[in-house]
Amino acid sequence: MASVTLRDIRKTYPGGFDAIKGIGFDIPDGQFCVLVGPSGCGKSTLLRMVAGLETVTSGEVDIGGRVVNHVEPADRDIAMVFQNYALYPHMTVYNNMAYGLRNRGMPKDEIDSRVREAAKTLELATMLDRKPRQLSGGQRQRVAMGRAIVRQPKVFLFDEPLSNLDAKLRVAMRVEIRKLQRRLKTTSIYVTHDQLEAMTLADILVVMNGGVVEQIGSPLDIYGKPRTTFVASFIGAPPMNLIRLRDDALSAIAAGTGAGILGVRPEDLVLADAAPEGGIALDLTVETIERVGAETYLYGSRTGREATVSSTPGELPEGEMIVRIPGLEAPTIGTQIRAVAPRDKLHLFSADGRTRIES
Amino acid sequence: MEKSAIFGNKALPYALLVPQLVITLVFFYWPASQAVWQSFLREDAFGLNSEFVGLENYQALFAQPEYYKSMLTTLVFSSLVAALSLSIALLFATQADKNIKAAPVFKVMMIWPYAVAPAVAGVLWLFMFHPTLGTLARPMRVMGMNWNPLLNGNHAMALIVMAAVWKQIAYNFLFFLAGLQSIPRSVLEAGAIDGAGPLRRFWTITFPLLSPTTFFLLVVNVVYVFFDTFGIIDAVTGGGPAGSTTTMVYKVYADGRLGGDLGGSAAQSVVLMVIVIALTAIQFRYVERKVQY
Amino acid sequence: MVEHRRWNDIVAYLVLTLGVLLVVFPVYVALIASTHDAATVVNGNMPMLPGGHALENYYRAIFVGGSRASREPVGHMLINSFIMAMGIALGKIFISILSAYAVVYFRFPFRKTAFWIIFITLMLPVEVRIYPTYKVIADLKMLDTYGGLILPLIASATGTLLFRQFFMTIPDELLEASRIDGAGPYRFFKDTLLPLSVTTMAALFVIQFIYGWNQYLWPLLITTQDSMQTIVTGIKKMLTTTDELAEWQLAMATAILAMLPPVAVVIFMQRLFVRGLVETEK
Repeated sequence: MASVTLRDIRKTYPGGFDAIKGIGFDIPDGQFCVLVGPSGCGKSTLLRMVAGLETVTSGEVDIGGRVVNHVEPADRDIAMVFQNYALYPHMTVYNNMAYGLRNRGMPKDEIDSRVREAAKTLELATMLDRKPRQLSGGQRQRVAMGRAIVRQPKVFLFDEPLSNLDAKLRVAMRVEIRKLQRRLKTTSIYVTHDQLEAMTLADILVVMNGGVVEQIGSPLDIYGKPRTTFVASFIGAPPMNLIRLRDDALSAIAAGTGAGILGVRPEDLVLADAAPEGGIALDLTVETIERVGAETYLYGSRTGREATVSSTPGELPEGEMIVRIPGLEAPTIGTQIRAVAPRDKLHLFSADGRTRIES
Repeated sequence: MEKSAIFGNKALPYALLVPQLVITLVFFYWPASQAVWQSFLREDAFGLNSEFVGLENYQALFAQPEYYKSMLTTLVFSSLVAALSLSIALLFATQADKNIKAAPVFKVMMIWPYAVAPAVAGVLWLFMFHPTLGTLARPMRVMGMNWNPLLNGNHAMALIVMAAVWKQIAYNFLFFLAGLQSIPRSVLEAGAIDGAGPLRRFWTITFPLLSPTTFFLLVVNVVYVFFDTFGIIDAVTGGGPAGSTTTMVYKVYADGRLGGDLGGSAAQSVVLMVIVIALTAIQFRYVERKVQY
Repeated sequence: MVEHRRWNDIVAYLVLTLGVLLVVFPVYVALIASTHDAATVVNGNMPMLPGGHALENYYRAIFVGGSRASREPVGHMLINSFIMAMGIALGKIFISILSAYAVVYFRFPFRKTAFWIIFITLMLPVEVRIYPTYKVIADLKMLDTYGGLILPLIASATGTLLFRQFFMTIPDELLEASRIDGAGPYRFFKDTLLPLSVTTMAALFVIQFIYGWNQYLWPLLITTQDSMQTIVTGIKKMLTTTDELAEWQLAMATAILAMLPPVAVVIFMQRLFVRGLVETEK
């Protein structure tokens, strides 16, 4: 068991590209830390530096009180689960799990008991003699997990381990991984671009963008108080509505705070005739309706503004708003609606979106 | 493309390269550079002395009518072999590409001649068409044809062309079949819906889509005719009669061995090297273009 | 396409059958000739059905050799051919898998140079540099040795390129997983790369075995003793007497024997053969 500490980590590639621009944080012993961010944000690079698969340009990687910058991956006492599993295709399930232990010169019966134990936990006991290609995607994933846990390492590293699975299996394996980690209490670092996975798995959530950390905290803190507009729109689905404040009725809300952007989550908007005391009211024209079963999303444009759509987190789609309403009852397309939210559900940000403003 | 996952050892890679590099340097670069050097030397009849003569060997070479004749022979030989073996192989490949039951059997039956040594192939064809004892020569004579590949240069050329084509069909067939099978059925089906009949579909859809394969095979076939047919020529005609089947490669061999003119032979080697490098460059440009597809 | 199914199939069968006959005929004639006695073969009116001298001809070819000159028995030539083909195939696999491992999985000064030094060899077949190579072998006192037969023919890049291409398709994560599992360069090579390369090695082996077995010009030049002759060069020597004296029935038996091993390799290892052929040409 060990804590992991990163101290001002930087990574510059030979071409001069800064992948990681100074990142430092602590993961206490036994905690499950999730690195989340869009592709290219540096989360995998950071994980691979902890694993020892990438060199660290500057800063320190500390595992259990030992700086491991120049330690071989095999000697860092870590185990890693890869996105494509990286199972040895020519070895049986048993040998895939036993290989790393054999290379360490562990006695045969010890290896055997560890592999069988792991196989039992992961329900692989009947498949030990098979080759990876004879397994389903979910089973391969479990072998990759097994290869990691037989080592009984100080730290587990996961590099998007579920992204090659179909949606259903992904949810099931997510639950499995969390249960397993709770039982083994092994410090874990998990990389994903899926914010739902991040929210449900993490003790500590690290939101990254462009080689820097946007915010660190518990998932609920981050959801409740996103520090930047990037975090606000990246965490939560559908994303938070962000409105640039102009000289209209809305700006009264932010008067005197210096805020330039107002945020409100689709789930915090309700359809009503009048705004609650101190809250806001938005007049929208319904353009699209998405019924997903238990709830319905209304896509509307603020009356009098052209709607633009953006899929980039942090970017402000001009005029487009999403409202979540429960059930299947929805107004028809083209009708005018009014969505309102109370004051305490509103988020204020500086005009550049980089600072959260509390009021 | 480069791997990003690598080992950090410093000395090991050199050790791994040693066997191949030593063999390549000793048995490739040393002789190849010798060939270039020798092409500027003249040896006396006993091979005891040699003197630097500059470009004289090349001048002598290009003053020889026989050399131009061997170029022409090479040209005729390679065009005939490439044209015949490509078109015959394409015919067979289009038939084998049809969805018939016995296609796998036909495929094996077509490709095995690849494994027959050129010299052996030459001997087989010589035997069939041998003027006195050939199984097929007799009916030809009965039909009134004065068939004699041992005396008639055109007959000799015909014979080595047949043997070379026979051997090369296998290779071309294999690549054409693979090329045909990589053409999506849906494209041909779209053609059929657009009202193109089978023959029209072949010329307007299949053949153009096959052109990368055809071009690749054309280059490979020319290289094949240059080098791999040495055994056929030596076994069937020995370059004769009267030099009518002496290709450029055969002349390198014949001049060096029989004539003992090592300088001239080396100069010919160098000319051949240039031709081969040019051919390879053409092939590379083609590969590049394929990447852009 | 549905149209004219039947006709289409009939045409295909007809054309292909014709093609197979064309391809098989020369070998059939040789096979027939190898079952007749010398007189029947030479008179130019050989029947198209097997004769009764098969055993005698093959026995003589393999164990005794021709009667007129001091010829080697083909049995010995077969052994030489086999050693040469095996030596070329195995030697090439050995040197090229190591060098491909070096250029793909390591970074070191002159890596590109080393790669190009090897790569250039693709452009110049041995036929082009035949006499200088002969001289090198003579200077190294390697005439009439297996080393002389084998080494110059493995000095080429095909194998290295083939393995390099294959290694590039192996996911990087496999090496990373191995490193985390504590495997260094030696263990990774032995435990992971080598087992994964088995098919590629086999494909290269098939192609190189055929290449080696069928060599003609090179063994012709550097073997002066009959005892070092390979079977492919031996056939020609059986025929370099005047026509009346050439023992065609023995030459044809020898031709059949010379074809048998490589053709068997193609037929029984068809899949590896096709793979090797297609991939070495890329």
